[in-house]
Amino acid sequence: MTGNATHAIRQHPQFATLVKRRSTLAWTLAALTLGTYYLYMLVVALAPDTLHQALHSGGVLSVGVPVGAAIIVFTWALTGYYVYRANTEFDRLTATILQESQP
Amino acid sequence: MMRTFATLLALSASPLALAGPAMAGAVEKQPLNVAAIGMFMVFVVLTLGITYWASRRTRSASDFYTAGGGITGFQNGLAIAGDYMSAATLLGLSSMVFAKGYDGFIYTVGFFVGWPIITFLMAERLRNLGRFTFADIASYRLDQTKIRTFAAFGSLTVVSFYLIVQMVGAGQLIQLLFGLDYPVAVVVVGVVMMAYVIFGGMIATTWVQIIKAVLLLAGGTTLAFMAMAQFGFSYETLAREAITVHKDGLGMMGPGSMLADPVNVASMSLGLVFGIAGLPHILMRFFTVPNAKEARKSVFYATGFIGFFFLVVCTLGFAAVVIIGKDPQYFVNGELGGKLVGGGNMVAMHLAKAVGGNLFLGFLSAVAFATILAVVAGLALAGASAISHDLYATVIMKGKADEKTELKVSRIAAVAIGVLAIVLGILFEKQNVAFLVGLTFGVAASTNFPILILSMYWKDLTTRGALLGGFSGLISAVTLVILSKAVWVTVLGNETAIFPYEHPALFSMPLAFAVSIVVSLLDRSAAAATERARFDDQFVRAQTGHGAAGAHNH
Repeated sequence: MTGNATHAIRQHPQFATLVKRRSTLAWTLAALTLGTYYLYMLVVALAPDTLHQALHSGGVLSVGVPVGAAIIVFTWALTGYYVYRANTEFDRLTATILQESQP
Repeated sequence: MMRTFATLLALSASPLALAGPAMAGAVEKQPLNVAAIGMFMVFVVLTLGITYWASRRTRSASDFYTAGGGITGFQNGLAIAGDYMSAATLLGLSSMVFAKGYDGFIYTVGFFVGWPIITFLMAERLRNLGRFTFADIASYRLDQTKIRTFAAFGSLTVVSFYLIVQMVGAGQLIQLLFGLDYPVAVVVVGVVMMAYVIFGGMIATTWVQIIKAVLLLAGGTTLAFMAMAQFGFSYETLAREAITVHKDGLGMMGPGSMLADPVNVASMSLGLVFGIAGLPHILMRFFTVPNAKEARKSVFYATGFIGFFFLVVCTLGFAAVVIIGKDPQYFVNGELGGKLVGGGNMVAMHLAKAVGGNLFLGFLSAVAFATILAVVAGLALAGASAISHDLYATVIMKGKADEKTELKVSRIAAVAIGVLAIVLGILFEKQNVAFLVGLTFGVAASTNFPILILSMYWKDLTTRGALLGGFSGLISAVTLVILSKAVWVTVLGNETAIFPYEHPALFSMPLAFAVSIVVSLLDRSAAAATERARFDDQFVRAQTGHGAAGAHNH
């Protein structure tokens, strides 16, 4: 890799856009994942009865079971969203930047 | 009960580790299980066939280390999931739900949440910056010789500790499931693993892991399906019966006493996840795909498979509460609610026998053994890469080694690691190796991970900061493990542990970060200035993949 090409990429007007969009998305989703998990742990710690309630009135299966499963499915869906955005929008932007930065 | 629970915890706190340490001491050789051995033989023959095929495609160093970057995102997703879905996950998590009900499920969720984080923050940077080993990334703009030596040392430490855990676990699991002698099991694992790595390199190692992952997913799902069929596929019906059998009654359906300290659980699960993000055999999987796009896809698939598998495993434990809990033949002396035959971690295996008969039990046993084989092969390859690529080619030969010699060195290294694994496995047979699990994850999370993440994200990291931070993480992790229950009480025979937790990473990891950051900020040397200046270049490559190693073309 030559320093010149790197410099050209760095100076490309779209480069800052790419970096900003990607890091905003990545950190937002990471915060959302950890936020969901820690909220769950807080409920476990402070209000365990919330998770203990019956899912259907008169039933015994607790609300906690679908909630736990939903956390797994939800955070996985977030990775899907990230990968979708990165593989379409960010990769397109990257390709444009790389192409236009060719000497 | 408390003791069983503590061992369960030790086991499930390390989904990648084997059931071994938890069973230490209590293993009795079982009668020869012909069906299981037969099915395992089929797996070995099939995978050795693949190794032969792979050996004809392994020509360059890139083929050997990273399968030439030619693994697709989907395949790699299965392989990563395979690394994480070990025999311990299947046995440990299902046993935990069986014993503790909903509390076991809370742990399971904790073991999962790190994967989305790895997707968002690490996957594409790893692929864009690395080539063969994670030391490539850590040393990208820092002092090659020093950082690589240190990173290689970190990798080899983790690999050796972890190999011992796996080998001892293999030996014990095989006694229990197959009725074979301990040394036989250890030698079989060692020899087959060497064959995979030496002849088939990363191509064979990846395919072994993929096949195992598929078998484990299929086996687990089939078992869950058969078990749930007994309850008309209704969790409500299952729950109604379970609360009449389980000792906690309705209490098993919600958070229980075991999570008196959930903050500890939450931090532990994160310490664990960062440990995983510092395990060399997991990190090297990110270099086997052609580009960042496929790297992202692979973690997406891996996360999906892992999440699915975890839900399946919890279902197994839940169903076992009724199916196994009511059947005296699975309890020692037929005492319901007493000790389980074969130890507390055999719940999934008993369930396999109860709903699928001996043939299905044989199948699941074979899959459990295949799991160990796949993990040790990955470990041996990661260790061999650290020796040949980091130490030999870069540090000793200063990057001037020719590819043929480097390949030869890596194969010799693989033989050495294989022999070492067999010898250590036999030496440690009677030892309690639980502390090695804490050590492996502690070192990975406190040494490899901080250096890796800081070098990728933080401009001001310098060689001095990385080295001192890494060393303080290493030393504090080792010290805390020695002071914890696993060594201080169990091995050294003291009354009470000085360090009250199982995982040192909670404390040693922040320390490593703090020292790295402070030392780097205070570093005013000329070398430090150059290293900071080089971040720009690295940043552009991390973001765009400009200059990253592409897929290898034959």
